[in-house]
Amino acid sequence: MSPGEESREAAGGAATATRSPLLQMRGIKKDFLGVHVLHGIDLECAAGEVHAIVGENGAGKSTLMKILAGAYTPSAGEIIIDGKPQKFSHPLEAQQAGVSIIYQEFNLLPDRTVAENVFLGREPKRGFIVDRAKMERETEKLLREFAPDDPIPPDELVGRLSVAQQQTVEIAKALSLDSKILVMDEPTASLAAHEVERLFTRVKRLRERGMAILYISHRLKEIFELAQRITVLKDGQKVKTVNADEVSSAELVKLMVGRDLDQYFPPRGDPSKRGDVKLRVRGGATDVLANIDLDIHAGEILGVAGLQGSGRTELARAIFGADPFLEGTVEIDGKPVKINSPQQAIAHGIGFVSEDRKSEGLTLAQSVRDNVALAWRGLARRRRNQLTINVKDLCQAVELRSRGLGQEVRFLSGGNQQKVVIAKWLATEPQLVIFDEPTRGIDVGAKAGIHDLIRGLANDGVAVLMISSELPEVIGMSDRIIVMRNGQIAGELPAGPTEAEIMFLATGEEDIEAETEADLAKIQEELSSAGEGGKS
Amino acid sequence: MTTSTPPVAQHPGPTAESGGERSAAARFWRSLTRTTTGQVYLALIAILVVCWVVVAIKGSNLLSIDSIADMLIRSVALGIVAAGQTLVIIGMSLDLSVAWVISLTSIVAAVVMDGSNANIAPGILVVLALGMAIGLVNGLVITKLRVNPFIATLGVALIIQGFIESRWDGVVEGVPGGFEDSLGYSEIGPLPIAVLLLVAVYALVWFLLRYTRFGHQLYAVGGSEEVSKLSGVRTHRILIMAHVICSLCAAVTGLYLAARLGAGSPLVGTDGGYDLESIAAVVLGGTYLLGGRGSVLGTLAGVFILAILDSTFNALEVNAFAKDVVRGVIIIVAVAAYSFRWKERRVRKIGAGPAPAVTGNAPQTQTPGANA
Repeated sequence: MSPGEESREAAGGAATATRSPLLQMRGIKKDFLGVHVLHGIDLECAAGEVHAIVGENGAGKSTLMKILAGAYTPSAGEIIIDGKPQKFSHPLEAQQAGVSIIYQEFNLLPDRTVAENVFLGREPKRGFIVDRAKMERETEKLLREFAPDDPIPPDELVGRLSVAQQQTVEIAKALSLDSKILVMDEPTASLAAHEVERLFTRVKRLRERGMAILYISHRLKEIFELAQRITVLKDGQKVKTVNADEVSSAELVKLMVGRDLDQYFPPRGDPSKRGDVKLRVRGGATDVLANIDLDIHAGEILGVAGLQGSGRTELARAIFGADPFLEGTVEIDGKPVKINSPQQAIAHGIGFVSEDRKSEGLTLAQSVRDNVALAWRGLARRRRNQLTINVKDLCQAVELRSRGLGQEVRFLSGGNQQKVVIAKWLATEPQLVIFDEPTRGIDVGAKAGIHDLIRGLANDGVAVLMISSELPEVIGMSDRIIVMRNGQIAGELPAGPTEAEIMFLATGEEDIEAETEADLAKIQEELSSAGEGGKS
Repeated sequence: MTTSTPPVAQHPGPTAESGGERSAAARFWRSLTRTTTGQVYLALIAILVVCWVVVAIKGSNLLSIDSIADMLIRSVALGIVAAGQTLVIIGMSLDLSVAWVISLTSIVAAVVMDGSNANIAPGILVVLALGMAIGLVNGLVITKLRVNPFIATLGVALIIQGFIESRWDGVVEGVPGGFEDSLGYSEIGPLPIAVLLLVAVYALVWFLLRYTRFGHQLYAVGGSEEVSKLSGVRTHRILIMAHVICSLCAAVTGLYLAARLGAGSPLVGTDGGYDLESIAAVVLGGTYLLGGRGSVLGTLAGVFILAILDSTFNALEVNAFAKDVVRGVIIIVAVAAYSFRWKERRVRKIGAGPAPAVTGNAPQTQTPGANA
């Protein structure tokens, strides 16, 4: 039995087969604990087709793909592969039905060799003994065929390969599994330009072999180069499936965004009351960030938008000293400062409400009291003496609903946990608070409460930097918005932009139609006339 | 450090060898200097040389036939337990019950054999079956009940302890002379039979790890259970199997000690400190305590290092406290050295895992766009 040979035979056979819909997903629904994430999605992909799936963060792309890969079970709907209905309760079953998925984070073991990874779980045997020679031979054959321009030795440790090579190994693994359907989740997110080119050639080769490829990407250019059809998802619903040659990138972006702002947001601050620059960064750079020029004023909320991996969180962590800037200058109240650790940041009056409150923001098994006092206790004794805190008052200030101050934080709801984190930072009387995804995992009702608290901070003269993947939140809350792309600030927008404006900056779409170009020019004009700092 | 040609016989190179078209000698030298296992053996040689010199200054010979035989015999009991311990640690588990398993099996051997040479074979079978049964319990509790291995095996250890203490409070006679003479003290040529047993156990475990599916998948499960599961590995089965073999090794050690002492004893396992000492030997041998990396040959070197130190301290008549201090320092230094080495390698490793960017790692370890 040789999985490698089989896969090639199958692929060769499929290339000559007719273009029937190899994969059909019908009415796929998914809810997590009563929250509807997918509302009945239909999707088709033919053999020999690259089908792109696009949508904003949180549109449901990953959930849909995880359902296809057997990692999640759908609440309703059916998956039909090659005319046969399938029910996957384990990734292994999806694999056996011919579905492979290449996640953004690879499923490889860095301490094992390339061949061992490719054949993991299906090692060829001769008697009792794993036939290492055969395993390496097969792997080499697969790799040579699929990636002749970049030979990867089958006995090299995967951890020593480049990201692009690791991806090649992942694809080789999928090929050796005899997959008919390949899902690629943001495959170019961590590749350099020439590696992307190479990947495209390979994807096209797979397409010619008759594989059905579902390609998730934010980069519209790639999608137009590779895909025959494009399905747009939004808020867990399918907007439309279009043929790639019948749609422009501008139309595509419009399909992806453009939803009503039906959520309530607190009124924005009065621009005249905006204070002086609280924090100024010039030329900030780390190994993932570059050319960061940034002003945050007292009393304003500066929103940070951008795609996943664009450097939003890294920016927050750089300011907070967790992964400090390696270059550039930072000023607080006009005085140059060095912030090389979170302790120094806190001493300078910076607070950080992190994305993952359960592991970074709270000690879950401790009481509300201990958690609220946590950051305060970390202050220097002198500062602590100046600042007396009353946990009860702080909890009232954030309208915390708990069964007393002794209650363990893990028993609180997500919204109340977040309030504890905010109270924790209030205790240090911060002058700048960074919020990273402040309402992630918090139910809709409680979101408004958090939004009110954030606005309340700004109204009290605190400078706020708020990162969010949810465009309505960024738009609804921010007094100004910066958009990140590839570790840099791609642009700045005034209060109340459209989602399309943000998406254009975030995706870096260059071939935009004239109409939208005019829109952009208008935005640029507004920007310069507003005379905002920040951009040099 | 040392430059001499190593006296280590036929070191076959650890699992992660990537040789080009070099000569056998060059490859051997490379595997000795570049791989963790190779470096452990170099360290073993260095320690041997230093100890030999120190003991020579005192006027005795660490490398006399008698002394070497003594060190080997010392290594047998710890060595066999540590071989099994290596398996579970590579699978990112741990076994703290081995010391009590050793005590229990030594007693059971004495009870079943009951002083009669005719009962030796059934005694051995019962003991081995008992070892496997305990390993099965360990494995099932860890995988099916999802109890942390530390707690699971500690719990099993306490249960065995309670059982032993409720029934026996001293040496249990009954190991027949035939068993004592054969496994405990007989020799084939210059080599004690027990040393051959040690070699056989290591050859077997080495073969398992390097050449069988079980071995390949055990490394994978230890490296990442999630990745293994998604690749179709039956992770529970692999881990249970590792625990069965580990307890089986402990049972073999129990048999050996029963033969050596001519009796079963409730305290033989804990007095020897086989639980923590076997873990120490494993990590000293370069196996990563958090699973996925390591080699049983490294463990053997770790066992020898501990035995050499023991003999040296005895020859020098160092007091017991100083002995433990030196051993502690050596273990800590060794593990610190490995973790620096691995950290260096990890920096080059990118795109692996969602890397929660929080752990305060050096910024180099993060990759643009690799997370989220």
